[in-house]
Parts: sequence; C-alpha cells; structure tokens
Amino acid sequence: MLKINNLHAGIEGNEILKGINLEVKAGEVHAIMGPNGSGKSTLAAVIAGKEEYEVSEGSVVLEGENLEDASPEERAHKGIFLSFQYPVEIPGVSVTNFMKTAINETRKAKGLEDMPANEMLKMIREKSELLDIDRKFLSRSLNEGFSGGEKKRNEIFQLAMLEPKLAILDETDSGLDIDALRIVANGVNKLKSKDNAVIVITHYQRLLDYIIPDFVHVLHEGKIVKSGTKELAHELEDKGYDWIKQETAV
Amino acid sequence: MDLKDKLISSFMAFENKVDVEHPVHDIRSEAIKNFEEKGFPSKKEEAWKYTSLRSLQKVDFSIFPKESNTLEYKEIKKYFLHEIDTYKIVFVDGIYSSFLSETTHDGVDICLMSAALTKPMYKQVIDMYFNKVASKEESLTTLNTAFSREGAFIYIPKNKMPRKPVEILHFSTGNEASIMLQPRNLIVAEENAELQVIERHQSLTSNEVLTNCVTEIFAAERAIVDYYKIQNDAKTASLIDNTYIDQKSNSVVKVHTFSFGGKLTRNNLNFYQNGEYIDSTMKGVTILGYKQHVDHHTLVHHIEPNCESHQDYKGIYGENSTGVFNGKIIVDKIAQKTNAFQQNNNILISDKATINTKPQLEIFADDVKCSHGCTIGQLDEEALFYLQSRGIPKKEARALLMYAFANNVLESVRITELKTRINKLIAEKLGVRLGFDL
Repeated sequence: MLKINNLHAGIEGNEILKGINLEVKAGEVHAIMGPNGSGKSTLAAVIAGKEEYEVSEGSVVLEGENLEDASPEERAHKGIFLSFQYPVEIPGVSVTNFMKTAINETRKAKGLEDMPANEMLKMIREKSELLDIDRKFLSRSLNEGFSGGEKKRNEIFQLAMLEPKLAILDETDSGLDIDALRIVANGVNKLKSKDNAVIVITHYQRLLDYIIPDFVHVLHEGKIVKSGTKELAHELEDKGYDWIKQETAV
Repeated sequence: MDLKDKLISSFMAFENKVDVEHPVHDIRSEAIKNFEEKGFPSKKEEAWKYTSLRSLQKVDFSIFPKESNTLEYKEIKKYFLHEIDTYKIVFVDGIYSSFLSETTHDGVDICLMSAALTKPMYKQVIDMYFNKVASKEESLTTLNTAFSREGAFIYIPKNKMPRKPVEILHFSTGNEASIMLQPRNLIVAEENAELQVIERHQSLTSNEVLTNCVTEIFAAERAIVDYYKIQNDAKTASLIDNTYIDQKSNSVVKVHTFSFGGKLTRNNLNFYQNGEYIDSTMKGVTILGYKQHVDHHTLVHHIEPNCESHQDYKGIYGENSTGVFNGKIIVDKIAQKTNAFQQNNNILISDKATINTKPQLEIFADDVKCSHGCTIGQLDEEALFYLQSRGIPKKEARALLMYAFANNVLESVRITELKTRINKLIAEKLGVRLGFDL
C-alpha cells in the first residue's frame, strides 16, 4: 500500500530524514519508535504532505502513485489520515459540522454529491457508538476546551468517520492516562481491517501492549536503524535507546 | 466651493424650511457655529491620524435630496431581516418612506424624528433627551445636529418591550450623482424597558454617498438595549457613524458592529456610565478587501463605581484594505471596582493590508481591573495543515479558520435569524461555501 523509498526531507535547509525506506502492506500495523528528535513526527508530517517540509530525494508512493506533488488535502482524499499529537482548536465549529465539511469536501474531490443528511447522521451515530462517544460531545466546538484524552478520542472518531486506507497515529499516547489509552487503542483496533493499514508512532512501548504491531522500526538520526517484530519494542523498553545509538555509532 | 462652505451656506436654506420657532432651532444654530469654527477633522488631529476625509470633501454632494424617490419592496427585500417580523423605519435618500415602513404607537413609540421634533406630545421627551449625550464639541456631530431633522425616534416607556425588533434602514437610490445624508436617531429605553435595534445603510448604485449619522441612546435603570450595526454597503458609500450612549444603573447595552463593506467607514462609539452596576459591551467583526477602510474609535467613560465594560473587536484584512482600532477607556477616580476589558485581534491576509491598533487607558481609580490586548497575525499554519489533512482544501480551510476566528463575537447576538444572516455574510465575504449548517 505505502512504499517509502530513500526519503530525504528537511525544513529550512536542515535535513531531518536521511534516507528512509519503508513498505507497509494492507492489513499491517507498523510501529515506528525512536528517541526524541529522531525524526518520527517529521516522517508523519511528510507522509501527510505538510508544505513546510522539502523532500530533497526519494519518494512516497501510495498504491503505486507517487505523492510528490499532492497537497495535504489531496493525500487525505487518496486515503491518508494523520492523527495529530496536538490537535488544533477550532472555536465555533462543532465536531459534527467539521466532519460534515471534511466528508463532503472529500466526496466533492471524488466527483460525488454531498452525503445525504440522514446518511450522515446514521454514520455519526454508528461511529460514536462504536467508540463509546457521548452525543453531547459531538456538538461541542472542535477540540476547544477538550482534555488531552478527549482530543485524542476525537482524533480517533475522525479516523472512524473518514475511513482512510492508511492511518498514521503520531504520539497518540502522549498525555493519556491508562484508561484513556485503552479507550483510544480499542477504537483503533475496532477500525482495523485487512484492507487498511496503521502506522503507530510512539516513544514508549506501552501503547503497543494495546495496538499490537506486526513490525517495529527504530528511527535514529533520520534513518531506520533496526526493524523487527513486536519483541523489538520490548527490548527497547528494557534497554532504552542507548544501545541502538551505540550500535549505530559502530 | 468645498463641502464645508456648501454646508454652511445651505444651513440658512435648511432653517427656512424647518420651524425656526422650535427650541431645537437654538441647538441647531449653536451646532453650526461649532462646525463653522472647526470644520472637517484633518489627519493632523490625533483622533483622525489614520482616516482622511479630504477626498470626500472634494465631492460635490447634494445636501438636500429631491423629494420622494420610490423603491419597490421586492428590489430591496434582501436588505431587511425578512425571515422574522420586525418594525421598520425606512428612509429613501433621506426621506421617510411610509410605504416601506412599519411603525407603531401601541404602548411604545417607534416612529420618526421629524414627528417627534414637531409634535407637542413628544416635546417633553425631546427637551429631556435630544442632544443631551451627543457631543457639542466634536465637529461632525455638531454638523449633524445643525441639520438634524429626520431619522428614527424610539421611545420605550418604563417596563415595556416592543413585540419585535426594530430595523432602521437608509437606502440611497443613486438618483442624484452624489448625496450626503445626515440621519439623526434618538432612542430612549426607560426603566426596565427592553429593545433590539438593527441599523443598516445601503446604497443601491455606485454613485457616491456620504452619511454622517448621529444616534443617541439612553438606557435608564435596568433597561436592556441590543444594537446591531450592519455595515455592508457599496464600495462607493462612506459612513461616519457617531453613537452616544448614556447608561443609568444596572442597565445593559450591547452594540455589535459588523463592518464588511463600504468605502470609508468611521465608527465613533461612545459609552457614558452614569450609574452603578452598568454593563457596556462593544463587539465588532470587520472583514475588508479592495481599498476599503474602517476606523473603529471606541470610548468608555467609567464615571461611577462597580461597572463593567467589554470590548471585543476582530478584524480580517485582505487586499489593500486598512483598518484602525482605537479603544479609549477612562476610569474616573471615584469609579472603584471597575472591570474594563478590551480585546482587538486582527488577521492580515494580504501583504498590502494594514491595521493600526491602539489601546488608550486613562485610569484614575486604584481598585480596578482593566485589561487590554491587541494582536496582529496571519492564519496559523499548523491549524491550516490540520484542516487540510482532513481533506478540506486550503481555500475552504482558510475560510473555516477565519470563521472560527470571528465566531466568538457572534455568540452574543441574541436574534437567531440575524446571527444566521451574519454567518452567511461572513461566508459570502470570504468567498466560499462553508459546506455546513450555520
């Protein structure tokens, strides 16, 4: 589904990603771990098409299509979803209205009519029940005054509504207590299927107790320095990142 | 002949038309003297540093409109808040249109200034309130006073509330090459009375219009007045709005100013708190493009203790537009326990747009809470990326963010249909269909 080939990218002349290679197939869950500053969030932002980043070399290919010139919204229309570490507050626009706009803009891009109101309501009801989200929550202004846990749940609700092919969860576990973490992880697990894929970006192993990865990659100084299965995550938890740093230094 | 000379020489002709025996005659004569002495304000004056009236003074405005220009309701329906029933006081080229209006004398008086100034039954109210809060020094206000004859007159007695909101609409038809209008409104809400007013000036052609409007509002004890100014006029129409508000104890007056159009707009909004536990609120949304110019000058004078004032102005400036916000707060020595808040946030969406923002606080009491904040910024790139990553195209994403930015100003609009209308105007002004239920 997603192929990243020798990706080099940076911001304002500073190269952050220095040759990333990664292949994600439908039905798979990949975890990308690494110490602070290793380039994890940059990788997420570059896949989603954030314009401040310049790709100097390599490519991001989704289902055979090079995304080089695609804007963030075009990538979203093609099925990429990025769950933000710090979701933005939009006062005056309710969660429901925001989702209506997002869904209908995506449909418009595909040449479809707006989703009929009753169908939209049905979908909102189903997805909010699936994720155990209170209906009152949906009429609140997007992320305004939301707790950390509410913001992340709202990101997962958007994920559920938009039904992307590839979901990238950027530090979704940060700032969550264990109950919130479990709720968010359960949501992701319910939405997983053989047709979609998930990239979980995290500093810590604990989220991976709930969202079990098929592959774990360690990112260090802009490169994937080690790949393995979920056992690698446990090893990192036990030993920390220092041994990776030492290993790559050699 | 420049505009000042033309106005002064027209004054005598004007006086001959109206009743020279009337007590207002002396007020008018005093007023024209003040204007003759001071003339139009120039950029040399601090209060007019960023707003020039020079080019307007070169226009050969008609000062007395030809009588009775007519308009069909269907031509102008869209300018009314036609979704709901309202009282309407409508003027066409400065002349009252009874055909388009709906006034009342049923327990409250919603009618005409010309009637109030001439009929004996209103003498007491006129003597008590007319020109009592409007400045006798400020030149443009006195110019209006000199020519004061027509406008809206609203008198709400103690404990009364009209059944519906009042719309004051001024249309200019363009039947004259250029026209100057000077409406004069007097609004009195007696003790415990309540009132909602929507005011709009609308030019129907691209002929030049200059309106110099004065509105006096009196809110007695526990009165509640909501006043909404919709400024979405043609690009050749200029407005100088002078609003003076006198509040007594426990009254609540809110003025919302929506500035989306016009050529040059100057809002002089002045609140005087003559009592305790008063709440004065000023809110504004300004969205400009082209070479439009809007200048908001607010004044809140805290004269007595235990009062509040809230100011929240948001501006979005595009293309070559220019904006000014000057918010003055005076807290007198005896006005302890004053809470005065002022906020002015602006977004510049063009490199050529300009905003000049200046808070001016003069605080003579020591136990007060006063805060002010001005920001000028661009749209948040991270927020834009967030919306785009959800599939919302950049243009719509920008509109959504601007909508969100302006939104909290709309929360206090108490007429639902008006709020929807303003929401739509904002969407229209931003040039996109927001794609959700407003």
